[in-house]
Amino acid sequence: MIGPNHYLFLSAIVFTIGAVGVLTRRNVIIIFMSIELMLNAVNLNLIAFSAHLQDLAGQVFVVFVITVAAAEAAVGLGIVIALFRNRETINMDEIDLMRG
Amino acid sequence: METYLFYALALILVTFSILTVTARNPVRSAVYLVSALLAVAGFFFLMEAEFVGAVQVLVYVGGIMVLFLFVIMLVSIESLERQPKVSRQWRTGVVLAVVLCLELSLLIFRGTVSLEEGLAESGIITTTETMNTEAVGAILYSTYLLPFEIASVLLLVAIVGAVVLAKKEI
Repeated sequence: MIGPNHYLFLSAIVFTIGAVGVLTRRNVIIIFMSIELMLNAVNLNLIAFSAHLQDLAGQVFVVFVITVAAAEAAVGLGIVIALFRNRETINMDEIDLMRG
Repeated sequence: METYLFYALALILVTFSILTVTARNPVRSAVYLVSALLAVAGFFFLMEAEFVGAVQVLVYVGGIMVLFLFVIMLVSIESLERQPKVSRQWRTGVVLAVVLCLELSLLIFRGTVSLEEGLAESGIITTTETMNTEAVGAILYSTYLLPFEIASVLLLVAIVGAVVLAKKEI
């Protein structure tokens, strides 16, 4: 029988893979995709608890997380396009205007 | 049956997650991410959350990933092919990720006891008599009406923000 612990472990693995992507990659777009991966790991947790506790609140929160992810992707990719137009790069190591 | 499906989907999800993070070409990375998101949708169906599973497929795979592919198309990727794909700080990143993984494992191991005595605290119990979509819709428009409206305002702000950011001159 698959319990919530299985889902928690799977979610932790996927979240860690996403964190590795965010922390080590140079391409801004791939970093965004890693963030989406981490959000999905959280969604998996919410649905697992929703199924375990027989409580629909978790599913409603997943709907909100997907909404926020869509908004984040739209604004973030807008920033990427503006950045590429001004700096001709989407490389994280070269984006250091705020370092001072 | 449920166990086999779980492990099959888990294998797909972890494999495509690793491929997403390690792929050199962003287009390949996006396609791998689509597969990973479909595996997550499969988990939602497995846990009888049909509405959220359908939303996952429609919004994530149909909407967000197409947006990603459009942006990949707009910014040229040929110049990135020959450069190293990991950033300067990758050692620090890997160490931090290992620490994060250990923390999460510790939390899951220590939290096992409290998981067993869980009960629905919000009082919204899923019933097998009504459909999942119907039940989610009912509490989304009653208990969670204010967050729902705030989410719609957030989407409006995101649309305006994305247009302003991507426009050459306002």
